[in-house]
Amino acid sequence: MNIVLAIVLGLLFGFILQKIGAANPQKIIDMLRLKDFHLMKAILFGIGLSSLLLFVLINIGIIDSSHLSVKASYTGVIIGGAILGLGWAIAGFCPGTGVVAAGAGRKDALVFILGGLLGAFVFTLLYASLKATFLFADLGGKATIAATGNEKFAALIPSMPAIAIAGGIAIVLMIIAWILPEKQKNQHIAAK
Amino acid sequence: MKNFIYQSQWGWLSSGVFLGIIFLLTVVLVKPIGVSTQFVILDGIIWNLFSDQIVVEDNNAKSGYSSPNAYLNKSGGKYAKNIVNPLNYSFIFVIAMIAGGFIARRLHTGNESKDKLIVPIVWSDRYGHSPGKRYLVVFVGGFLALFGARLAGGCTSGHMMSGMMQTSLSGYLFAMGAFAVAVPVAILMYKGEE
Repeated sequence: MNIVLAIVLGLLFGFILQKIGAANPQKIIDMLRLKDFHLMKAILFGIGLSSLLLFVLINIGIIDSSHLSVKASYTGVIIGGAILGLGWAIAGFCPGTGVVAAGAGRKDALVFILGGLLGAFVFTLLYASLKATFLFADLGGKATIAATGNEKFAALIPSMPAIAIAGGIAIVLMIIAWILPEKQKNQHIAAK
Repeated sequence: MKNFIYQSQWGWLSSGVFLGIIFLLTVVLVKPIGVSTQFVILDGIIWNLFSDQIVVEDNNAKSGYSSPNAYLNKSGGKYAKNIVNPLNYSFIFVIAMIAGGFIARRLHTGNESKDKLIVPIVWSDRYGHSPGKRYLVVFVGGFLALFGARLAGGCTSGHMMSGMMQTSLSGYLFAMGAFAVAVPVAILMYKGEE
């Protein structure tokens, strides 16, 4: 059953990433150099909407908070994020969109995946010597801002109702998505 | 509806709605989306073809498998187990994403030139049409993106989208680190073309 779900959900996710333009390095790079916010608006709205619905459904008991999976916070999250950001900006792909773009027939995405396999392999070999360094210094563990109801994850603001905090953040993200201009003026027309 | 499926690119609002729905759906039905771990699993599958010691059955390990490699042995040998059992949810999910991209591209009207499928315009405007240079930079980009993702413990899907959706602190830290570097680098590297 899980395999059937993996196929259906994976297909859908790949389909959606391609159709929203996330697997197009042109769109990614134009977002990162602040010329075209189409994707940024979609991403912010997507996070906001899914977060709002998630906390509403947890609140009324439809989703069990054991389905959540919160990742730990440590220095390597920021530094690793920065290294990923460098690769993301120069190539125009991140791991997920690179995979989808390769499926959509982009040869440069295949090369990105090969580079990625090597990068992941080098990390696999180096992990033993990195794990005791400052890179894995704790920055709060598996913490969330709003209480999820799952006691494995500590809430940073436990005193307020989760739905108020998470819902508030979600609505702010959706408002930012709504008011952000889609394209910078006078840009990008020549490229069409 | 039919037109919608055949469109080469959706507007931002429908894009956001569908992105939100798929992230929510995966959490409701199974667990949050993650991609970058599966690069390690594929590496392990290939490594395992050349070595019979890298993943071993081990009744003392939580997963039933262990590895002399500290990373593959992490969390009770979770990765080691997935390497010998690639037919698991997370690995198949990523394989299916490839098919999803393929289908989405088949089902669309309009053509893109072959050149644009290797070298985006934003690249060729500054660095020319030669695929060699683009391949080299994309390879390095892939190396950095996956090395960084593994150090961070997740990528754009796992940390940023799934993480911020759950209001995880780590999702915000990751997004901060990623955009703080990606934005200035993209501006410097691709400046010029309007």
